Amino acid sequence: MATSTPAAPTGGQPHPASAGPPGKGGAGGGSSRQSRRTLIHRLDLGAMPYGFIAPFFLIFGAFGLYPLLYTFWISLHRVELSTMHTREWRGLANFTDLLQDDLFWNALANTFTIGVISTVPQLLMALGLAHLLNYRLRGSVFFRVAALAPYATSIGAAALVFTMLFERDFGMVNWALGLVGVDSIDWSSEKWPAQFAISTIVIWRWTGYNALLYLASMQAIPRDLYEAAAIDGASRWQQFRTVTIPGISATIIFTIVLSTIGATQLFGEPLIFGQGPNGVSGGADNQYQTLGLLLYEEGWKNYQMGRASAIAWAMFLILILVFVLQRVIGRVTSRKS
Amino acid sequence: MTTDIAPVLADAQDRTTPSRPAERRFGRALRPGAGRQHHAGPLAYVLLGFAALVSLFPLYWTMVAASTDNTRVTQTPPPFLPGPNLFKNLGKAWTDAAMGQAMLNSLIVAGVIALSTVFFATLAGFAFAKLRFKGRNILLMLVIGTMMVPPQLGVVPLFMMMADLGWGQKLPSVIFPTLVSAVGVFFMRQYLKEALPDELIEAGRIDGAHSLRIFWSIVLPIARPPMAVLFMITFVQAWNDFFWPFIALDMTNPTIPVALSQLSAGYVRDQSVIMAGALLGTLPLLAMFIVFGRQIVGGIMQGAVKG
Repeated sequence: MATSTPAAPTGGQPHPASAGPPGKGGAGGGSSRQSRRTLIHRLDLGAMPYGFIAPFFLIFGAFGLYPLLYTFWISLHRVELSTMHTREWRGLANFTDLLQDDLFWNALANTFTIGVISTVPQLLMALGLAHLLNYRLRGSVFFRVAALAPYATSIGAAALVFTMLFERDFGMVNWALGLVGVDSIDWSSEKWPAQFAISTIVIWRWTGYNALLYLASMQAIPRDLYEAAAIDGASRWQQFRTVTIPGISATIIFTIVLSTIGATQLFGEPLIFGQGPNGVSGGADNQYQTLGLLLYEEGWKNYQMGRASAIAWAMFLILILVFVLQRVIGRVTSRKS
Repeated sequence: MTTDIAPVLADAQDRTTPSRPAERRFGRALRPGAGRQHHAGPLAYVLLGFAALVSLFPLYWTMVAASTDNTRVTQTPPPFLPGPNLFKNLGKAWTDAAMGQAMLNSLIVAGVIALSTVFFATLAGFAFAKLRFKGRNILLMLVIGTMMVPPQLGVVPLFMMMADLGWGQKLPSVIFPTLVSAVGVFFMRQYLKEALPDELIEAGRIDGAHSLRIFWSIVLPIARPPMAVLFMITFVQAWNDFFWPFIALDMTNPTIPVALSQLSAGYVRDQSVIMAGALLGTLPLLAMFIVFGRQIVGGIMQGAVKG
């Protein structure tokens, strides 16, 4: 594991011994030992930093960067799961096929809608929660740990519990709705209820986490800004809008970016919510199949690795597109205000 | 999930502002009401209490459902209080759903990944924070850049690679791709940049210590608090990771999330047993949270303080 790290200093040592610099004035033994030491010292300063960062880059290169580039190469071929090393050149056909595939557009639309209904409420609620946590509180540690507890729950466990809570016949959600006179909702087989239920899992797991990020950044806002605003007669709400929100805008932008990445990759929640054979296809009518699920279905159910790779790249391109749009919108709105 | 890079990136944003070391220390962010001094009114407590209830209820209910039996848990109104069958169901989940194997696997996977991430991140973080070398800034930008790449992008070739290496369905296929983390490197760099005085390193050099010795005797002791935080965060993440383990492993040798996904797929029919499985998958992390919750919270907030 750590081989590459200690390798650097030992690999460096033979050098000064053989190169024992004679050109340095040709003094006695003492000074040659000293120059040898300075050479080791210089090698240590020059080479060791690279030795320190090498493990990261080597491992990342092998298991991160290389597969990533290779995905593109595979996406240009027809590759079957059973015969992974036989490739048939297809050029961009995998991509053009995708564009004509209703399943792809369906998955894209689902990813988008689930992404919006999970991200927007999540971040708004996180903002409110952070604001509350920012008060002087008794038991603040308890509230913070409680808010973060869902983050420690695995997708699997969370999805299983919520699948039960949203069960049609005996689920607690329908039971509670029944108490206020709402008829049972079929959360798994109808499109919007299913997407809503899946979003609930995402919101539950990540709201507290985002709230803590906001809270940390709120606490870095200087107090005198609030005092100045209060002197100017700003109400609590106006202070929140004019001091707090601008003060944490950088954090807000980053939570938006990261939630977007998370939403693009949504996989485990719909898979487990789908319970069984329908999981991968995102429900009987693909009503909640996301791009992540479609990627898995193409690759590991239909054995088309080339198509799966094309979907992976499509996801990446969409992500980039979203970021560019976000930047453009951000720039336009900030110019207005 | 990738969302975990949030604190670090938020931090990256604002590196130009002069830092206040006192505030950067771990745990400081926990000081209640550091920014604003308004006292919370009753309404705030009501709302927070409600939020805590919503946060914790699904966890509590998992326990309730896992302690009843299948007929009770599928009745309306649903049970709200624990029943007598907890240990029976846990035992059944343990054997029926391979939870024992899964838990052992998850412990190995998350433990190895967390240890190696922390070690390599401290090593590289130290180099980026305190050592001078050519291309340092470019390489650091590269590290940050890798955080933005979604893991899905590499799964197809990764799957082929693992098959070629003979690691198909085996734990190394899950461990190796996650041995290092860009987030970790950046996290450690940010901490060491401020917490580790240059004079200390220079003093070490004057005493004739080479870089590895300095790392071992000076950096590691100082970096212990953020290392602990990084360990916990990485452990939680590796324990919960789903997408790649689901592809790389099968039911004969699953991690907890993979085993749990099988519970839903009709592997086990008994709802109480399914919930017992979910509980088993959550318990170790929950225990860690009860013990170290304060530190984990502090660690996550720490990264974002300057955003």
